[in-house]
Amino acid sequence: MPERERYAVTMKLGVLFSGGKDSLFACWKSMQQEEVVCLITVVSKNPESYMFHTPNIRLAALQAKAAGLPLVEVETAGEKETELEDLKRALFVAREQFGIEGIVTGAILSVYQATRVQRVCQELGLWCFNPLWDTDQEAYMDELISAGFKAIIVGVFSAPFDASWLGKEIDRHTLDELRKIARKHQVTLTGEGGEFETFVVDAPFFSQRIAIEEASRVYQNYNGVLRIERAGLMEK
Amino acid sequence: MILVLDLCYRENSLSRDEFVRPIERHLQNAGTPFATRHYTAVGAPEIEAADAAIICGTALQDTGFAEHPERFKWLSEFKRPVLGISSGMRVLAAAFGGGIEPCCEIGMTEIRVLVPDPLFAGKEDFFAYELHEQAVQAPNGFISLAASDRCLQAIRHHSLPLYGTLFHPEVRNEWIIERFLKLVGTAQ
Repeated sequence: MPERERYAVTMKLGVLFSGGKDSLFACWKSMQQEEVVCLITVVSKNPESYMFHTPNIRLAALQAKAAGLPLVEVETAGEKETELEDLKRALFVAREQFGIEGIVTGAILSVYQATRVQRVCQELGLWCFNPLWDTDQEAYMDELISAGFKAIIVGVFSAPFDASWLGKEIDRHTLDELRKIARKHQVTLTGEGGEFETFVVDAPFFSQRIAIEEASRVYQNYNGVLRIERAGLMEK
Repeated sequence: MILVLDLCYRENSLSRDEFVRPIERHLQNAGTPFATRHYTAVGAPEIEAADAAIICGTALQDTGFAEHPERFKWLSEFKRPVLGISSGMRVLAAAFGGGIEPCCEIGMTEIRVLVPDPLFAGKEDFFAYELHEQAVQAPNGFISLAASDRCLQAIRHHSLPLYGTLFHPEVRNEWIIERFLKLVGTAQ
């Protein structure tokens, strides 16, 4: 198809998806411009995974159901370079099954992650979109809340976050607290530096929201996770 | 006023936030007035009113702009400061007859400064973010300012402040944009 015609129609995209606020917000942004046809997760068995480890990744299927989107899920042993082969396999599957022409990530600042994803996309001839790249973090967090995303903190990995942060929803009040912490400590407002991780229980494009029915906390010395043991979907 | 040129595949595209907005934010932070136009929608009034132009990069697969060389002819007559970034360097070079050659670089890459220039003054080498499948051949009348191990990384017109960088200065090398803005101030 000539380039001019190709650019006039929307592209089919898959969203590289961790279940956290950044990938779901990037998904929502993409839906306003192009056609999101699937979500893609790489589930790492290695808790030290460079690229893909995130608490509660197994609940991605529930989020995909809430969003009404199919999920491509690929497992990785989570070793530094082989996990890129697993990402490539996931993108290949998404292309075969759903005809994706490109992918979307929620990368904000990480050149390390962006570089690796870009290389895999280049090898597969896929477009790569990073709509949150170098975003104004204050404006992003504000828009996240205004748009109706409900993200809860499910992991803390830095001082001064104590156990009380696990399970907190990022609302206006929490954002004020995060602002104060970001000013005082070396942490990013978005948690992009790995200081905290989130799990989205509701998004503007979810037809149902996620209800957490049972969760457990593991916390020690500014490191902790909220492990969601049981969750379901409920009407919004 | 600085004209910010969006080369992405469509006006207000999904790539805009990645390649255009970071440049706009630098200009906002520097207090520099600017106007952003998509390359298909830029007209004579904006070109005439501009004190300088920054031509933004695009996604790796996004080469639609290269199908419309006629839309960039104005660059050869512009004569005011220009900073062409990655795909923007390609567009600038093409307006002066420069070609391209395959050279894929993705990620942080070492850049060596080849000749002294105000844009890179005080730097002999630095690391910069790359995202391109093609390298640019310097057109006649342009000086090669910097290179990586694999290809040309920066050019400048021999007598006009027309610059192209193959790497993305807005990622980890914002100082280059700041220096370009100083040059614009000096040129005014």
